[in-house]
Amino acid sequence: MKRRSALTELLDEEGAKGALLAAVSSIVVFGGLIALVLTSPNWEKVQRQFFSWRHFKAAWPAVVDGFWLNVELFFWAMLTIPVLALLIAIARSLRGPAFFPVRVLAVIYTDVFRGIPLILLIFLLGFGVPPLDITGLPSDPKFWGVTALALSYSAYTAEIYRSGIDAVPESQRSSARALGLTQMQALRFAILPQAIRNVVPALMNTVVSLQKDVALLSVLGLREAVRAAEIYKGRTFNFTAYLVATLLFLAVSVPLTRFVDWYTSRDRARRSQAAV
Amino acid sequence: MADPKLALDGVHKAFGDKLVLRGIDLEVEDHEVVCLIGPSGCGKSTILRCVDLLDTIDAGEIRLGGEVITGRGVNANDVRRRVGIVFQSFNLFAHMNVLDNVTLGARRALGVARDVAEEQAGEMLVRFGLGDKIDQYPDRLSGGQQQRAAIVRALMGDPELLLLDEVTSALDPELVGEVLGVIRELAGRGLTMVLATHEMGFARYVASRVAFLHEGRVLEYGPPAKILSEPEKPRTREFLKRVIEAGRL
Repeated sequence: MKRRSALTELLDEEGAKGALLAAVSSIVVFGGLIALVLTSPNWEKVQRQFFSWRHFKAAWPAVVDGFWLNVELFFWAMLTIPVLALLIAIARSLRGPAFFPVRVLAVIYTDVFRGIPLILLIFLLGFGVPPLDITGLPSDPKFWGVTALALSYSAYTAEIYRSGIDAVPESQRSSARALGLTQMQALRFAILPQAIRNVVPALMNTVVSLQKDVALLSVLGLREAVRAAEIYKGRTFNFTAYLVATLLFLAVSVPLTRFVDWYTSRDRARRSQAAV
Repeated sequence: MADPKLALDGVHKAFGDKLVLRGIDLEVEDHEVVCLIGPSGCGKSTILRCVDLLDTIDAGEIRLGGEVITGRGVNANDVRRRVGIVFQSFNLFAHMNVLDNVTLGARRALGVARDVAEEQAGEMLVRFGLGDKIDQYPDRLSGGQQQRAAIVRALMGDPELLLLDEVTSALDPELVGEVLGVIRELAGRGLTMVLATHEMGFARYVASRVAFLHEGRVLEYGPPAKILSEPEKPRTREFLKRVIEAGRL
């Protein structure tokens, strides 16, 4: 009998046909799209405008420099958002009439900061607060830009935490309280560790999106990657600098997204194993 | 005469417009084991949750060792530290191993030092046959092992009263015995206990008194031989007949 190759062992007759069909259709679709772009009447002009190797090299240092500012802003945002969000989520999940004002404040916070488009919040804080000239408040646009990000993102993230807290069975809270733990102790030792584990994938998705939204702070004149690319474009009337910025963002966000996916599926596998 | 360990006086409790407890009167003396029996929905579990202040009562009064625990100004956490409760579905903390589960209350609520709490927990876990499960997570344990761990957790603070809420109902039949064995041992050591249970045979064996509950009231209360063998009330007889038909007595 003829030995079957590894491929045919993997794919039975039907599977092989399917794979072939998928390959052919992919080639047709993507090949068609590429051909459409390359044969478009103005392709050569666009290529010079967006894909110029000369401009790529020339823009690279300034854009990379700017990207380091993105990294710095991202760092400060990542330091504040999880803490702020957790405080809001805790405030919102406290029970009893004594905590009513705290709960109301937390609800107002999430409603307001989730309700304002991020770009408007950046404008309002970045351009609105420094002219007030209040002593003690910094006027650094970096500070106000990160504050805007933190306010908006912490409101969203607080809701993610809260969904995680709600997903922990009520019986876990009961048995923690039954041990004589206070409400805060029950949250800290029994509820939150499980709640946070529930929402790690959702939190990591927020990180991916935050990483890109840092670029919005360019509107405050911060010379981060997008702003640097814009300046280069203004000087040379060539868009290739944007391509540099795009590639830099992708270099961070694609691995991050892959990691989130990997973590999520590993977590799911572990849970379904535990359920058996 | 000394105050009873636990006394309920006209306790009422409603969930929404559903009246669950309609005036519960019950006294449990020191070292007594009282079994609460009755059809599901009769309020057995609610009584236990109210005694541990996990649910607030609407009217009436509960006293622990003569002290009113349901009034204003009572520190619920202090009461809960004096009372242990074990739930039907174990409710071990899923993210902690057995040792951390068992010592959490002692360390955080009672302020016992970690090494002291772990030593005490270790001894008790060994005694209840869980010596080799100390560092296991709950999802690796059988139901019977989880429930025994939950009992150890409830016993850690040396409670004056232990409440057991249908602790064998979620177990596979072959695992019921090991948990009942633990309860029997605790009864033998004179621990005051209140059990909500469907195990009539066990109630007859371990209980000093049995309370039959019906529609949120204690219909009959007395020694197991009387309540389970010659009940006065037709409701009790009817309930026991159904239990016997189901082969549980």
